Amino acid sequence: MAVLEILTYPDERLKQASQPVGTVDEVLRAFIADLEETMDAGPGGVGIAAPQVGCFERIVIVDCTRTRKPVPNHGRLYLINPEITKWDGMAVGREGCMSVPDYTGNVIRAEAVSLKALDLQGQPLELRCEGFEARAIQHEMDHLDGLLFLDRLVSRRNDLFKRKVYQQSK
Amino acid sequence: MTHWYMLTLVGKDRPGIVAHVSAALFDGGCNLGEASMMRLGGNFTIMLMVQYAGTIKGLDDLLEPVADSLGLHRHIDRIEAELHHHLEPDVRITVYGADRAGIVARITGALAEAGLHILDMETSVAGSAAKPIYIMQIEGHAAEGVEALRSALDVVTQDGIEAQLEFIETLIG
Repeated sequence: MAVLEILTYPDERLKQASQPVGTVDEVLRAFIADLEETMDAGPGGVGIAAPQVGCFERIVIVDCTRTRKPVPNHGRLYLINPEITKWDGMAVGREGCMSVPDYTGNVIRAEAVSLKALDLQGQPLELRCEGFEARAIQHEMDHLDGLLFLDRLVSRRNDLFKRKVYQQSK
Repeated sequence: MTHWYMLTLVGKDRPGIVAHVSAALFDGGCNLGEASMMRLGGNFTIMLMVQYAGTIKGLDDLLEPVADSLGLHRHIDRIEAELHHHLEPDVRITVYGADRAGIVARITGALAEAGLHILDMETSVAGSAAKPIYIMQIEGHAAEGVEALRSALDVVTQDGIEAQLEFIETLIG
């Protein structure tokens, strides 16, 4: 077990796409344990993606159990080769990133997503996530495609009325 | 030895102000920091952190030609930069209603008493000249919690002023 070094932008490696995991085995699980330890050592992170520690494989961990206000969540999620199969709604929320210290900004994400992935045993799993947890999954999965939340910033001025319309449409 | 300065520029809006000012500063050896630049009414306003190796007088001389040519008033203060220490907002408040004098003082007074530290605030006068409306967007830190702010807002927003307050849960991923 080890806390790994987190790459920070402008490290160009954060902009590269990651490859699918081939085999889920002990070596991979050992890496994921290190990735998890790294996430837990960070300041308040609700997720981490493998490329943030310089491993360019499609692996993310998300855990929305420790938000300041409780949000619906599935506990600690280990997602290998995750794929979003359905996006619903849009919402603006504020994001930051361990790979982009000292900056946060508003980002539009799908309000709910359905996804499939492999679990730690290499078994397929399917999930439906909403709200903050859906946002965290989309943020982490972006890392797998070399995208940062900086690539999706929206003006804070646009926030108010978009959100209100969105709430009324529910 | 370089110093940080806060440069304030205000003048009638026209295209090209930022390009001309920043070119003059770059050519004069300055490095730029954080900035807020915005059209307010028909005026363009710039608040800009500038890192410069000389004195206020030197920076002022450097800016004089471009400011004069663009019709911009200028003001320069020596500051401490304090970069890389952003404070994170945890509450967003929006207020709107028919425009009248006193809205900002009443709302922000009540919020300040309830522990609000404003980090970012923008307001607009919209609607028509005959029926102007006022729109205020605030992001800040709720030192005494969001509920204290909500209670304070409820008291001051009874007569035609609409307010929304929401907790900002910043996702760090």
